Amino acid sequence: MKDFGFTVQLDHSIDYDAKDKRMMRYVLYHEPSLDWCIGCGSCTATCSAGQFTLFNIRMAHTLLRRGETEKLKQELKKCMFCGKCQLTCPRGVNLRNVLLRINRAIELFG
Amino acid sequence: MKVEGKRRIWKDYQKEIADDRYFYVRSCVRQNFFPASEKMFFRILKEELGKDIFENAAHTTCSGIGYHSDVVPFETTMTMVARQFALMTESGYQNFTTSCITSFGLYTEILETWHHFPEVEARVRENLKKATGREFDKPSNLSHASDVIYKFRKEIGEKARYRLVNKQTGQPLRCVEHIGCHYSRMFPGKGVGGAEYPYVLAGMIEEWGGEVIDYPERRHCCGFGFRQYLIQANRGYSLSCSKKKFDSMAPYKPDLILTNCPGCPMFLDRWQYTLSEMEGTTYGENGQGIPVLTYEELAGLVLGYDPWDLGLQVHQVPAEPLLDKMGIPYDSNRKFLNRDGQSMGRPKAPSFLKFY
Repeated sequence: MKDFGFTVQLDHSIDYDAKDKRMMRYVLYHEPSLDWCIGCGSCTATCSAGQFTLFNIRMAHTLLRRGETEKLKQELKKCMFCGKCQLTCPRGVNLRNVLLRINRAIELFG
Repeated sequence: MKVEGKRRIWKDYQKEIADDRYFYVRSCVRQNFFPASEKMFFRILKEELGKDIFENAAHTTCSGIGYHSDVVPFETTMTMVARQFALMTESGYQNFTTSCITSFGLYTEILETWHHFPEVEARVRENLKKATGREFDKPSNLSHASDVIYKFRKEIGEKARYRLVNKQTGQPLRCVEHIGCHYSRMFPGKGVGGAEYPYVLAGMIEEWGGEVIDYPERRHCCGFGFRQYLIQANRGYSLSCSKKKFDSMAPYKPDLILTNCPGCPMFLDRWQYTLSEMEGTTYGENGQGIPVLTYEELAGLVLGYDPWDLGLQVHQVPAEPLLDKMGIPYDSNRKFLNRDGQSMGRPKAPSFLKFY
């Protein structure tokens, strides 16, 4: 292959049609309360793991919706399952179950 | 694509295009990239349509390429454009027609500036008078050369010897139309069909029998972007934009790409070669590329002009597959002969892109 002195940049756009939506469907089926989320970020602000790592549960939700499985796998490894996110959620989303279901979905489809 | 809805929007953006007596200004770069296109515009207008078109040998660059690369200040650019208008006035013409999309965008931008800030126009007039002793009238009609071909697309269609139809299958050729960014994105009202649904090239394709492909990245820039290309290390930005378009259009299996800008056909054509050499990827069938044509070249093919007189041999992506589909005869032995019949030399074949 020839070197022209420049390279092709990777495209950062997200093609929703090409993404795997099975994990999102699985989690929403088993924990429908996730649809109540308004994206306020209270979960992320109170997160114990987030105090010591770059873990961001709000981002994990976005990655799940986008079908970005590989990034989601790395993100979930940081969670300690303390459940403070669930205590602070103003919409009453069962976030511990969401996280457990994401982990199960990773086993099934990841 | 819901064509009915788009047609309603296109109707809102119809510009007035002069029907005769054009003062034509050439592009800085098109004569190098696609050498016959501007000459063929003259031939089509004079011989096929019987129109009066004139160019002045004293015409220079509009300086748009320097302006958009941030090396020429707007004041200088305005004075140079005022000089072009002075040449038009001295030649006795009022309808200004540009070959280049960036020139067209720049002339539009300057006329709009003068419309809203008359004191700027007065200052430019004074500068031009002091520098060259010239005075000028503003054009009564400003159009791009593709507007003119669009206006006469029906007349060209009536004289067509070949149509955009696959001769073997009888199906319309699948055409990608790519509009230069400076055509109507800055001033939507100045382009046929506006900024989001420019119809200038789609109108030609439909009139001449082809089918326009609506693909996801249809309105994405080709990637030229002036500064993106001028520095070698930055060319990846330019290349990536074109790749994004190719990846998006390839599943629709286009037979050709039609463009109306100096930069777009250059990059959509040459980058296909570059991508094939860098990644081994080709976007046509059986290792072929997707032929890229200017609107003059396509009009010339439809009118039955010799492909080599139209300069198709200097394209990086060979046009032969398209010629075969349209049923246009060509002499392969004449491909690399100059107009005196002497050999220009055969270029080295690319590693992956099919070469004829």
